[in-house]
Amino acid sequence: MKASTTLSVSALSLSIALLSGPAGAETLRLLTWGGYAPEDVVALFEEQTGHTVEVTRSNNEEMIAKLRATGGGGFDLVQPSQDRIAGPQEEFGIYKPIDMSKIDTSLFIPSMLAATQANTTVGGEVYGVPHVWGTSGLVLDTAQADMVADYTDLCSDAVAGRVSYRLKRPTLIGFAFAMGLDPFAAYGDEAAYTDIMSQVEERLIDCKPNVKTYWGGGDELMGLMRSGEVVASMAWDTGGWKLNADNPDITFVAPASGALGWVDTFALPARGQADDAAYDWINFVMQPEIAAMITAAAGNFTASDGAAAFADDALKARYEASFPPEAIDNIKWYPPVPAGLEVIEGGVLDRVKAAN
Amino acid sequence: MRTQARLGLFLLLTPLVLWLSLLIFIPHVDMFLVSLRERVGVGEYRLSLANYLTFINEPLYLRTFLRTAVMSVIATVITLMIAFPVSYYIAKIARGRTRSALFLLCLVPFWVSELVRTFGWMILLRETGLISNLLQFVGLTDAPVEMLYNDAAIMVGLVYTSMLFMVVPLVTTLESLPDEVIEAGYDLGGSGVAVMREIVIPHAMPGIVSGSIIVFMLSLGNYLTPTMLGGKDSLWFTELIYSQFIVRFNWELGAAFGFLLLGLSSAIVWGMLKLTGQSLEKSMG
Repeated sequence: MKASTTLSVSALSLSIALLSGPAGAETLRLLTWGGYAPEDVVALFEEQTGHTVEVTRSNNEEMIAKLRATGGGGFDLVQPSQDRIAGPQEEFGIYKPIDMSKIDTSLFIPSMLAATQANTTVGGEVYGVPHVWGTSGLVLDTAQADMVADYTDLCSDAVAGRVSYRLKRPTLIGFAFAMGLDPFAAYGDEAAYTDIMSQVEERLIDCKPNVKTYWGGGDELMGLMRSGEVVASMAWDTGGWKLNADNPDITFVAPASGALGWVDTFALPARGQADDAAYDWINFVMQPEIAAMITAAAGNFTASDGAAAFADDALKARYEASFPPEAIDNIKWYPPVPAGLEVIEGGVLDRVKAAN
Repeated sequence: MRTQARLGLFLLLTPLVLWLSLLIFIPHVDMFLVSLRERVGVGEYRLSLANYLTFINEPLYLRTFLRTAVMSVIATVITLMIAFPVSYYIAKIARGRTRSALFLLCLVPFWVSELVRTFGWMILLRETGLISNLLQFVGLTDAPVEMLYNDAAIMVGLVYTSMLFMVVPLVTTLESLPDEVIEAGYDLGGSGVAVMREIVIPHAMPGIVSGSIIVFMLSLGNYLTPTMLGGKDSLWFTELIYSQFIVRFNWELGAAFGFLLLGLSSAIVWGMLKLTGQSLEKSMG
């Protein structure tokens, strides 16, 4: 009796000792996109800091839905796009402010850091710092669809039945710009925005017979383009560059009305429990060499100052071919989405999906 | 003695009661309360029926529900028509090892996940897929044929996915029908059709009803198959619920849709039972 009690007590204290580990080491539960936390980077980080990292892959909408369901708990660091921070923060309060003194700001490209801070400020507090950025535009099989220069060209007869895009908000925004409208300017005015969206809705319904299918995930799009079933699609730049490596005819093209620029950020969930590990992770991955490893895995460039010098030459060549200097100046960066716009867009997307 | 028995009953019931209340009843009450909220401003809500009115006033949502329900009924009927002869063969004609082997063959596809099965159909049906290439090779067509992304593809997927859930209850009920009864039917001069109509089908009715309910509910609640095989025209009611919750951040409307799905599908099952003169008690045992 006595012996077994002593044994269980010592077993308990041993397991407590094992769980707590070296002083200051924490478990970082990271909610991110595929490719943003490659295994080699995680292994290096765990080795250098003693923290452990649990990676969960997701997308913008699911990240916000998960945090909303738990009131900002369950994760210690999340990576939503910069335009999806202010709105959900005002509406659901799922993030906590970032203590900029704990972040090594010298690692960031200054203009990108300043722009992200401005877009993610709510009530005087900053809620996001930039990590990975990229654009969405057109991925074309130039041998068969080189007449496509803008989103609206996806509706032309020349590519009928061989076109795909996502039925999500970037498509609505892209079509609006290609139709000569400015949805970003109407963000603050619900009536004007509804008007723009109803014009886009009409165009997308007219365009529907041209579409083979609406793609849902990156892999689905890759399959459609590789097999040649689709020759022109709205897509992310990395998707086009990956396909370009296999088939030189397929590449990413910035549309005439401008590619849409996004920045994925680091944000702290309101009830995160490992803030120190989160700050350590941010400062770790923004070092130029590490950021270059993430660029190699994700295919997109980061906001790390000087990381471009370490990037793969083939990727740089593809980037320069897709983005002549005037196309870079023409990138339309997403402003913060005000709360409530999703409902207007949702109705449009549902009606387009149901039309035949 | 009496109190002991009651305590035993109480203890035995506890896991079930906890399960039902914590995992089913309480979340449903919470969902119902969410469905009665209306967003009036940033972080402000008030009690209203607006979400249910949206369903009635927006023809799109009603049409989607009707489409989902009608397609599910058709899928159930097709599944029954394919599964009945198969089950009859397994239960009454096949003997010994053939029988186990046939039953196993029905089961094998369910050893992989639904996602993999659906991908399998996509590989077969797509424009650059197996069937399209085969047709070109044989010379029946000279251009690739697209068989994916339409309602027929959804139907194929739904029937395939739910086949097992029809076969199992049918085989069980048909096995309980003694062979002598069928023989007696023939001895008394009944034709094959008459025996089937007067003896086999009435006996198998509980299996048919329970199988149909399961298949109908599975089809109605299916998310993966319609989305993946249906492509651009795949509107399905569960997809609407998913997108309200995850993509639009509109939990209030999503919760209302969830309750409407629960209510309307129960009403359809009840209506079908009444229409065919069956009752749940009879089919369940």
